[in-house]
Amino acid sequence: MASNALRGYFERLGNQVTSGVWQLGFAARFLAYMLLHSGTALRRFSLTIREIYFSGVLSLVIILVSGLFVGMVLGLQGYHTLERYGSSEALGVLVALSLVRELGPVVAGLLFASRAGSAITAEIGLMKATEQISAMEMMAVDPIARVVAPRFWGGVISMPLLAALFSAMGIFGGYLVGVKLIGVDDGAFWSQMQAAVDVREDIVNGVIKSFVFGIAVSWIAVFEGYDAAPTAEGVSRATTRTVVTSSLAILALDFVLTALMFTGGTAT
Amino acid sequence: MNRTTIDLWVGILVAAGLGALLFLALKVGNLASFSAAQTYEVKANFANIGGLKVRAAVKSAGVVVGRVSEIRFDTETYEAVVTMSLNAAYRFPRDTVAKILTSGLLGEQYIGLEAGGDTKMLKNGDRLKLTQSAVVLENLISQFLFNKAAEGKDSAK
Repeated sequence: MASNALRGYFERLGNQVTSGVWQLGFAARFLAYMLLHSGTALRRFSLTIREIYFSGVLSLVIILVSGLFVGMVLGLQGYHTLERYGSSEALGVLVALSLVRELGPVVAGLLFASRAGSAITAEIGLMKATEQISAMEMMAVDPIARVVAPRFWGGVISMPLLAALFSAMGIFGGYLVGVKLIGVDDGAFWSQMQAAVDVREDIVNGVIKSFVFGIAVSWIAVFEGYDAAPTAEGVSRATTRTVVTSSLAILALDFVLTALMFTGGTAT
Repeated sequence: MNRTTIDLWVGILVAAGLGALLFLALKVGNLASFSAAQTYEVKANFANIGGLKVRAAVKSAGVVVGRVSEIRFDTETYEAVVTMSLNAAYRFPRDTVAKILTSGLLGEQYIGLEAGGDTKMLKNGDRLKLTQSAVVLENLISQFLFNKAAEGKDSAK
């Protein structure tokens, strides 16, 4: 009995591993195919612009409001900690560095995954469930070139713009709370920030991060949509998986990128 | 929603995003102050650079005049060779003294330049002859303690 149960367990485990590896391979092949067939999405750019509208412009409100509040909280929390060491003028540095390096790309990426990534998955999944994808194939229209690639590129283009807006809005929020509300010196807030934030080291690295997150989230979103079981349940599961997988991917990638980017200073 | 409206909104998003990047680069990161300026390189040997890092500031009279661009270890003299890129707008005499200083008690280390009286100016690739190493806190403390101990012996006699 026990050996049977054990065998069943190992069989399930093996199945899961095999299907996981199979799915990873499929996802990689899917990405390569999509990149090779992105010609249509880039040539008929209005298709991509429509997707930038849906994933970028419609995410604007949530990004801006969250950015403002995250910055305000950073300003408030940072002030109380820094004040204890008598260096509340460094508030600008704290707010700007934490937003530009970490919070901007990561939180914007998480919001983007739940706001736009889930919508992309649901849309493509539903197209598959209602056999619109098959209909396109019947008409000799490549659904990956016509439907998937524009959504992917729309996400990749929107994400760095949204992350930059998030950081800028957050710094404004920190400024509002720190300078206008609490009364940190205006000049010190900006000048210390400018002295400490490096364009190449901090801002460009932040933009690279957000770009990588954009690729990861968009890839996961379109793949899960395309891979979804063509039923109502399948679409709902795929949407959940998109949010969970892309959030985990963002956090894991963030660790890897941070380790690569911000620890090189002492090695040379 | 027709196409022109969509185009308009996407245009607004792209403009706002690029504007935010520009804001980050100029207002937060202060891109304008260092990048375009022409520089010339000057080397200096130090017996000990302490905690000096690449990209640390080079200041004269408190004004940032350049950055440390490279730090190497010379195996012949067993000294550190620090290369500085100085802003071409600031010329210094050949007998300028380079000191490694610390901003504040525990702050970042930077190089302070003190202009000498030579009429010839530094050129690209020149080497500063007069340098002063970083103050290492441990050496300072042990020196102080030895002095104190010596004083104690003297007074006991």
